[in-house]
Amino acid sequence: MTVASPSDFEPQGLQPQSWLKYFSFSLDHKVIGLQYLVTSFIFYFIGGALAGVIRTELTSPISDFVSRETYNEVLTLHGTIMIFLWIVPVVNGAFGNYLIPFYVGARDMAFPRLNAVAFWLIPPAGILLIASYFVAGGAAQSGWTAYPPLSLSTPAIGQVIWILSVLLLGGSSIFGGINFIATILKLRRPGLNLMQLPMYCWAMLGTSILVVLSTPVLAGTLILLSFDIIAHTGFFNPALGGNVVVYQHLFWFYSHPAVYIMVLPAFGLVSEILPIHARKPLFGYTTMVYSIMAIVVLGLVVWAHHMFTSGTPPWMRLFFTIATSFIAVPTGIKFFNWLATLWQGKLAMNSAMLFSCGFIVNFVFGGITGVALAQVPFDIHVHDTYFVVGHFHYIVYGGTVFVIFASVYHWYPKFTGRMLNEDLGRLHFLLTFIGFNLCFAPQHWLGLNGMPRRVAEYDPSFTTLNQVSSVGALLMAISTLPFLLNVIWSLYAGQPAGDNPWNALTPEWLTSSPPPVENWKGEAPLVTHPYDYGIPEGKIDLRVASGSDLWYGGKR
Amino acid sequence: MTSLAPGSANPAASPLTAVAIEPSPQEHGAAAYAADDHGGHVDVRLFGLATFLVADGMTFAGFFAAYLTFRAVNPLPAGSTYELELILPTINTALLLISSITFHRAGSNLRQGNQAACRSWLLGTVILGVAFLAGQMVEYFNLPFGLTDNLFASTFYALTGFHGLHVTLGVICILVVWWQARQGGRITQHDHFGLEAAELYWHFVDGIWVVLYGILYLL
Amino acid sequence: MLFSLVRFRRRPGDLADGVAIEGNLPLEIVWTAIPAVVVLFVGIYSYDIYERMGGMVSLNDHSAMHHSAEVMQASTSGSSMNNGSPDGESEPRVWAGIGSSADGTDTLPVEVTAMQFAFIFHYPDGDFTTGELHVPINRPVELRMKANDVIHAFWVPQFRLKQDVIPGQPTLLSFTATRTGSYPIICAELCGPYHGGMRSTVVVHEQEAFNQWFETNAPPKPAPATVASAALTPTA
Repeated sequence: MTVASPSDFEPQGLQPQSWLKYFSFSLDHKVIGLQYLVTSFIFYFIGGALAGVIRTELTSPISDFVSRETYNEVLTLHGTIMIFLWIVPVVNGAFGNYLIPFYVGARDMAFPRLNAVAFWLIPPAGILLIASYFVAGGAAQSGWTAYPPLSLSTPAIGQVIWILSVLLLGGSSIFGGINFIATILKLRRPGLNLMQLPMYCWAMLGTSILVVLSTPVLAGTLILLSFDIIAHTGFFNPALGGNVVVYQHLFWFYSHPAVYIMVLPAFGLVSEILPIHARKPLFGYTTMVYSIMAIVVLGLVVWAHHMFTSGTPPWMRLFFTIATSFIAVPTGIKFFNWLATLWQGKLAMNSAMLFSCGFIVNFVFGGITGVALAQVPFDIHVHDTYFVVGHFHYIVYGGTVFVIFASVYHWYPKFTGRMLNEDLGRLHFLLTFIGFNLCFAPQHWLGLNGMPRRVAEYDPSFTTLNQVSSVGALLMAISTLPFLLNVIWSLYAGQPAGDNPWNALTPEWLTSSPPPVENWKGEAPLVTHPYDYGIPEGKIDLRVASGSDLWYGGKR
Repeated sequence: MTSLAPGSANPAASPLTAVAIEPSPQEHGAAAYAADDHGGHVDVRLFGLATFLVADGMTFAGFFAAYLTFRAVNPLPAGSTYELELILPTINTALLLISSITFHRAGSNLRQGNQAACRSWLLGTVILGVAFLAGQMVEYFNLPFGLTDNLFASTFYALTGFHGLHVTLGVICILVVWWQARQGGRITQHDHFGLEAAELYWHFVDGIWVVLYGILYLL
Repeated sequence: MLFSLVRFRRRPGDLADGVAIEGNLPLEIVWTAIPAVVVLFVGIYSYDIYERMGGMVSLNDHSAMHHSAEVMQASTSGSSMNNGSPDGESEPRVWAGIGSSADGTDTLPVEVTAMQFAFIFHYPDGDFTTGELHVPINRPVELRMKANDVIHAFWVPQFRLKQDVIPGQPTLLSFTATRTGSYPIICAELCGPYHGGMRSTVVVHEQEAFNQWFETNAPPKPAPATVASAALTPTA
């Protein structure tokens, strides 16, 4: 067939085409992806401001900046927003929607309408959640875990709104997961095998399986919790014969996999970024795939390690310790594979690469403390302390958020057709990396020495380190300024990027930037070796390289 | 073999990328793909529905797990019992199982081109579904306990209520399918996604009920 | 990591690709095996410690053991908090108040009630109630804990000990203090606005000092600390 003329690609009628399309019920997966990205960034800044409130409060050992009730509302909102409105929508919704159709060679997701519905559940849920701060009694005060009976005895309206909001977000997440599974398994371009997919597809497949299996359990649990609040049933109310530990089991059955829902896509994204900027094939593709699937399976059976002090029987503690420790094995495989991917590469030290490497460093540290936390004797001591706070921020911020920034630097040229400024990008990285480590590294020490989490006041001997941590948080806040400046400025004045500024082989780069409505003029390229970089025997001849080499990876 | 050259300083100028977006014909072996162009792709709606039902099933699984744990760990207050009247629920179970068969008959009649018979079987399924719901209502009004009486009562109403919601939704879906079949056009011998989806959903709801009946009434 | 970043960074003007290394099966087996072995070892080791702490034994083994402080704990003991460097020995106990507790040895039972926002300690032997926990050195203490309202957690950082206090489900915690001093008790489970202020103190006395303290606090009538009655079941 021949190259289709642009007139063949008239989009569906009634869809606005200008900037307005980003505020519409667009069915284009790229528009939806960017809608997710921008919306979540707005929530990131709100959640970050809440973190600022927390760190300001903690600069002094007494409760002085905000009232104790407000402090609990703030920490609840911070956790909920950062998890459900920032990280999950960005690494799944934003990059997933933007990239997956490219990677499988499709023109859109399997269910474009469902996709749009999934996105448009998010802004109302977020607005609802934030608005709950202003209702009588204020927002939910029981932490993002909403453990009963505390969540039953704090002001009810805020808690019910919190449940409603999380249910909406969970629904959005399930719809997204169904869409990804169907797209990856059923919409692949003919000729494209599963084992030829870019790694991010595998990560999203694993993530979506977790979403579909575990999120509904959270939804059911929260429905029961709302009955307890509204109808005064006694599922989780010990005064009425209920059982609070059952809630914890059900909650963590979702919320531990939620950690993998947040980091697996990041693993996938980083596996896309590293080979391109190291100019080398991804090391150990097959083991990477198996380790993702191993993490999915193990991730479903480790939830009770959050409950070692909740009165769980010994056999359960033993089982969950061993299972949790074994997650370190597939994770370690991935870590070594990334290192081997870098090894002997020709590394381009740009912002995307720096953030990816920052991710590896932080994540390894977070992983080591994670294995330590899996051990019952150790966990009994540090459970619910700042050690845990430090640990999971190393995973979700040092891990996932670093990857999100790397991905923005990497794919911004594809989104907009313009490059981001590298100097500002490196400044952003430097500030973020220093600020992040300054903020969260001391928290491990604080936790080990006796500072519990979620407190507005603490032992005065911890003051200095808390102030160090707050300075780190301030640095992190400042570090977003160059980023914001960069993104907005580059949108209008950035250097034009061309279609493939990184000389990448994955399919999204083999179209124009930004891509046309149905992704490709003409049919989608068949990329069977997405990581075929590098010079095998030290020879490459530019003059004989042709488009077919690009698409077939030179391996017909 | 491979591949790319070089991260040049101004990639926009790279001849490789220019080639990349305008493929010449012979580079596309997979001609079959052309048929898949623009718009219509393989129909994955049933697959999507099946995935959704897995998710929905997990919600029920969570409820069942909670119920079984409550039952194992939390003793009921004195004077309450897990015993339930069995006659009505058993009749209800039979109704629901029969309705699965009638729905299946509706589907097979449609595939044989027998539209009228299909519609009758659909109506029969609706009647059985409504009878089931009515039976549930009768049971609710005759139960010795209310929603908040004890843990078992709450769990009982939550589980059967959530399932009843699914049945209600199923009945509405079947009515829509029946209406579409009556109007013609949407549901035909060769194009009957709506009917297949409703059927899959209905069998799922039945299956859930069998489990629910087992652990709630018989256990 | 840092090494490869420096070593393999792209030199200016270098346009070539890296070497196409796609995988190395033996190498991958090696780095799958090593973490697996390490993890297994750590798992077994921690299981061992846990068992020595008394976690796995059924509820009637009270031999108080002296385990050397764990890897991570060793580095943090002492120095930081109030006074001196304590390193209490501990035996965390498991689940709800099932079964008979002690075998009748010299265990000191204390009933702990957690509520918003305080811990209250009741000594059944002397039938009196305090706001601070006082225990004698080298004698097993058994805390029978219940919560009145929401979930709290009883945590003594210097003892490396923590147990949630769960409403509707009494929990049990046993330990033997090995060093005198006073250490903070902290609530470690978010329990409401004043969660951060929910603190108390555990004071570890020499035996005589403890007896003296016990005498002064106990109401006059009951006999002072003798042997704990064996058949006591936890409060609930």
